[in-house]
Amino acid sequence: MTTTYAVLSEGLQKRYGEVHALRGLDLAVPEGTVCGVLGPNGAGKTTAVRVLTTLVAPDAGSARVAGLDVVRDPAGVRRKIAVTGQYASVDGDLTGAENLRLFARLLRAPRSRAGELLERFGLTAAADRPARTYSGGMRRRLDLAASLLVRPAVLFLDEPTTGLDPHSRNGIWDAVRELASEGTTVLLTTQYLEEADQLADDIVLIDEGRVAQRGTPAELKALIGSHAEVVVADPSLLEAAAAVLDRLTGGAPVLDAERRTVGAVTADTTLTLPRIVREIDAAGVHIVDASLRPPTLDEVFLRLTDRKELIA
Amino acid sequence: MSALVHDGTAVLGRHLQRIRHAPAITVMTQTMPIVFLLFFGYVFGSALAMPGAEYRAYLVPGMLVATAAGGLMTGMFQAAQDSHRGVMDRFRTLPVSRAAVPLGQALADLVASAVGTVPLILVGLAMGWRIEGTALEALGAFGLLLLFRFATTWVGILLGLASQSEEAAGQLGSATFMLPLLSNAYIPTDGMPGWLRTVAEWNPISAVTTAVRELFGNAPVPADAAWPVAHPVAGSLLWSLALIALFAPLAVRRYARR
Repeated sequence: MTTTYAVLSEGLQKRYGEVHALRGLDLAVPEGTVCGVLGPNGAGKTTAVRVLTTLVAPDAGSARVAGLDVVRDPAGVRRKIAVTGQYASVDGDLTGAENLRLFARLLRAPRSRAGELLERFGLTAAADRPARTYSGGMRRRLDLAASLLVRPAVLFLDEPTTGLDPHSRNGIWDAVRELASEGTTVLLTTQYLEEADQLADDIVLIDEGRVAQRGTPAELKALIGSHAEVVVADPSLLEAAAAVLDRLTGGAPVLDAERRTVGAVTADTTLTLPRIVREIDAAGVHIVDASLRPPTLDEVFLRLTDRKELIA
Repeated sequence: MSALVHDGTAVLGRHLQRIRHAPAITVMTQTMPIVFLLFFGYVFGSALAMPGAEYRAYLVPGMLVATAAGGLMTGMFQAAQDSHRGVMDRFRTLPVSRAAVPLGQALADLVASAVGTVPLILVGLAMGWRIEGTALEALGAFGLLLLFRFATTWVGILLGLASQSEEAAGQLGSATFMLPLLSNAYIPTDGMPGWLRTVAEWNPISAVTTAVRELFGNAPVPADAAWPVAHPVAGSLLWSLALIALFAPLAVRRYARR
């Protein structure tokens, strides 16, 4: 059985003056799946979306969306996609209902669709208020509704929940899950590991315009492992604690004399916090505080870039 | 073509709705000329060699053309706002005709400015200005005003699309109020120093103002002026059509650029 890719890019490059936003980005999103593109600010997430949604032509490389070439057939691609995000938004001066009716007209969708979607996204009561008076969550819902007037083959969501409170975020997540279950391919960018974890079938980590790592959420978690950190009472014993941690984790401990901490990443899923505490204690080092937790996104990136440098 | 009409009409409707919800800019750009008209007509006009009543009749057509030239500012401001607030990018990702978005904006501006000029005309009439030509000539004058408005709006749309920020467009836009000062809209060019007179008479605003004055029967065509002013109707048509022919395709190209 061959896989059909809804989004397929090879070697995408884009430079804005001095800034090399994309340095050979390869993406492959199978049809009907949700792909989470994860990365810090400036990693190239938004540029990638702008290239794939025909807003920007790449300097080099190629990309096909819904089987159509984004450079040679941008008009064809536009008939297959919908885009919601920070840079493609609704008109704040129009009401919610006017926005949806405008986009319905431009997309040749029946006018009644606008009302249905207002209802579905809980915007009926606010339908006649200018969109600029909406809360962040309502605005994103309206944005998303405008993308669903006609069912797109591929839906691009550029940081759909950045800056939203947890309640609004959950609302957007539910909508994305529902769409995915109906078979729409979704490519979403996010800064939040948790968001990608919740929604994505596959995660692509991008950094400096390239794919740093890809895999399912479980694969990436296993790859990254947990982060252990201990705070010692006597800074002169930091080295001794680091030696124990190194032996337990195999993860090149990082020392911070000022905070009297030593931290290390471990891929060993059987390692427990009591064991770390016991072993360091047995080495004669007094521990003030200790933790073992999933790494933050920052740590994930530090770790992955470190590893790349080691290999190179 | 039918896609362009369909999409363009939808965008036109969007802009008219916007003006209805947020009329401030439109009201401001249409009421400022009334303030200027009163200032120039009664404050400066009182010190001019031309008798006051005669100057006011001379001034009203100039103010109508200066207001039409304001399409440059509103076109720029609106296009910059849409570009920098994300709506334009939303349109760009839709399967919509590439010319529809700027065209819809230009047409909506034309409708709004046609309606918005009515108060200025009423104040002009109250100040003693009259249409003294035939009805057909008056229609021609209004036609030239609208055509010129349409032309300057396209220039504004291009500049707005190319702008770095809303603020930059706002600043450049407000600087355009100086353009009518360098024309015969408020003051005859005869008394200007030679080089300045040449610049002022090649300003498109001068040709349109002279044509409108002639068609309304307010003032004759000045003697030995530069070609566009000496042949004001032809000059106005040529200026307006040339601006549209140049700037409309450039604006559409800029909108569609990736």
